[in-house]
Amino acid sequence: MNDSSVTLDSADAPVVAANEPIISIDDLSFSYDLGKTNTLRNISLDIPAGKVTAFIGPSGCGKSTLLRCLNRMNDLVDTAKVTTGKINILGQDINAPDVEAIELRKHIGMVFQKYNPFPKSIYENVAYGLRVQGINNKSVLDQAVEESLQKSALWSEVKDRLNTSALGLSGGQQQRLCIARTIAVKPQIVLMDEPCSALDPIATARIEELIAELQQDFTIVIVTHNMQQATRVSDRTAFFYLGELIEYDETTNIFGNPKIKQTEDYVSGRFG
Amino acid sequence: MPESKTVSKNPFRASSRKQKVKDGLGVGVFAIFTYIIMACAVVIIGKITLDGLPVILKSEAPFINTEFFTKKTMTLNQFDTAEGEMVRMDNDDFYAFREKNPDAVINNHKTFSYAGGGIIGPIVGTFMLVIVCMIVSLFVGISAAIYLNEYARKGKTLNAIRLSIMNLAGVPSIVYGLFGAAFFVHSPFFPVFTNTPDWEKALFAMPLWPTDGYLSFQGWGESLLAGGLTLAVMALPVIIAACEESLKAVPKGFREASLALGATKWQCIRTAVLPYAAPGILTASVLGITRVAGETAPIMFTAAVAGKDKLPWEDAQGTGLYWISDMMTQSVQALPYHIYVVTGKLPDDPALKNMQYGSVFVFLLLVISIAMVSVFLRARFRKKLKW
Ligand SMILES: Nc1ncnc2c1ncn2[C@@H]1O[C@H](COP(=O)(O)OP(=O)(O)OP(=O)(O)O)[C@@H](O)[C@H]1O
Ligand SMILES: [Mg+2]
Repeated sequence: MNDSSVTLDSADAPVVAANEPIISIDDLSFSYDLGKTNTLRNISLDIPAGKVTAFIGPSGCGKSTLLRCLNRMNDLVDTAKVTTGKINILGQDINAPDVEAIELRKHIGMVFQKYNPFPKSIYENVAYGLRVQGINNKSVLDQAVEESLQKSALWSEVKDRLNTSALGLSGGQQQRLCIARTIAVKPQIVLMDEPCSALDPIATARIEELIAELQQDFTIVIVTHNMQQATRVSDRTAFFYLGELIEYDETTNIFGNPKIKQTEDYVSGRFG
Repeated sequence: MPESKTVSKNPFRASSRKQKVKDGLGVGVFAIFTYIIMACAVVIIGKITLDGLPVILKSEAPFINTEFFTKKTMTLNQFDTAEGEMVRMDNDDFYAFREKNPDAVINNHKTFSYAGGGIIGPIVGTFMLVIVCMIVSLFVGISAAIYLNEYARKGKTLNAIRLSIMNLAGVPSIVYGLFGAAFFVHSPFFPVFTNTPDWEKALFAMPLWPTDGYLSFQGWGESLLAGGLTLAVMALPVIIAACEESLKAVPKGFREASLALGATKWQCIRTAVLPYAAPGILTASVLGITRVAGETAPIMFTAAVAGKDKLPWEDAQGTGLYWISDMMTQSVQALPYHIYVVTGKLPDDPALKNMQYGSVFVFLLLVISIAMVSVFLRARFRKKLKW
């Protein structure tokens, strides 16, 4: 892989050139109660491949909800329903009846707000995603584990203790382990929901560095509450308010030259 | 600021005496009730130990009365010798004694059924019942809990199901006994493997070529299977509730992480939920099973008999599957029922005391040790799996 295009691991998967939309959301409305009230309303945005896109907005505006629509994690909520609109990823409508959410999630990884490694060894945590795909070949796993840990800048810290429990790591290390676990299955898109909010500034800085490096191989969508973080890591930023997309533009424009008053108020800290 | 103001009053003094007294009284009442309960426990366990311990100990090496654990229950003989000394002897010893001393004088000869010998029969019976109960109730209970907690759609139906399961926990044990008798013992729908079908009871019997046996739908009769399953049905509500609790206690993050990595629902449950719920499931289930293992009512119409000369495997006929089937359809003795027989069914007599307290003490030891093992297991698991 290189930074000019993003490909699926399998040969027959579509290729999206960098900067072309890899995710395109068209007039999406989403409800947690079978359509009675819409948590997300008429959202349309295109997320370019090979870039970092940040979602910002006040608490409860639906950033996590939108993120979880992208890998259909909202399927876990019995009463969740896409009321209108479409999400196309790699050209495929992901809510089409012939799309298997499990297959989708193999291409779209997710990193959660609260780092959540399994109470297993470091090695088994990283190998988990491959194991559930039925890959148990030791040398394949060894290689994938090392590669993922290298990429998530954790290898040098843990290479001598791969078989010790992941819960013995520090918070920041655990979150990087979760990132390693996610990229081990070679997704094309990595969704991150406030990945640093439980971490101290130093651990946060390391994750931000990591995001910059991962950008070479993955399309990244990150939810954050931290404006500086959005400016530091993202190429494009989307501002949401009360379930609606207010403004979506280059990050420099959103923070330097917002077109809409609400955005300006929010990024300058006047509300939210 | 005038100096007097800062030193004259203690800002932290008690607000009122009355409040203090009331508080003290409250604490006193709670403490008294706690101590009353503790005293009850001490008296109960103390009495059983005082009267039961001597039965299983003896004065010479190896200091344990092994016969009490290895002999089958038999009739106890009590008589006065010519010298007027009262003697008690198990039936086998009594016959040996008579054979050796045909002329011995025996006055006031009395016999007490089931009060002599040992309790190997009841111990084995209880163990086997518990094992059947455990296998069935764990399997069914865990499956049901997984379905209810992980798969079933939340809503009115699910709440109704939960409510009815909870209600099952409140059904009196004798009702389970009756249900078990009607369902597992007498209804002919449950099949056995046998060479000699009971043609009168059997709905039909399927010949199993090439053996000369049959799969005969004739019901299980009073048996280990019927009793074990009745106990299992009774344990189920507790086990399902305990399993659901343990499943709920597994952090949502594990499930999400697993699913987000492309695991199927069942892979997620198997690899990211069950291993971490297992300690809780096991401990709570074992405790639930110990409770039902102590019940008399569910087994008295379904499995337990007062006296039996042979252990289940000693009496089983046939080979292979037929042997297993025959063993599992044997009736057995069981500790709680045995205690009921020697305490409630026979006219009270000091001669019974050894058997009563010996059995109760052993039963208590058994139940306590199972509980201890489960608590110990949980502590071990917990240390290994912490999050
Ligand atoms: N599982 C759910 N079921 C029902 N409603 C939900 C669920 N999850 C979130 N919501 C509701 O949807 C709305 C948007 O929530 P969401 O978590 O997407 O906000 P957010 O922008 O991520 O906020 P935060 O910054 O606090 O994480 C909120 O009003 C929330 O109460
Ligand atoms: Mg959120």
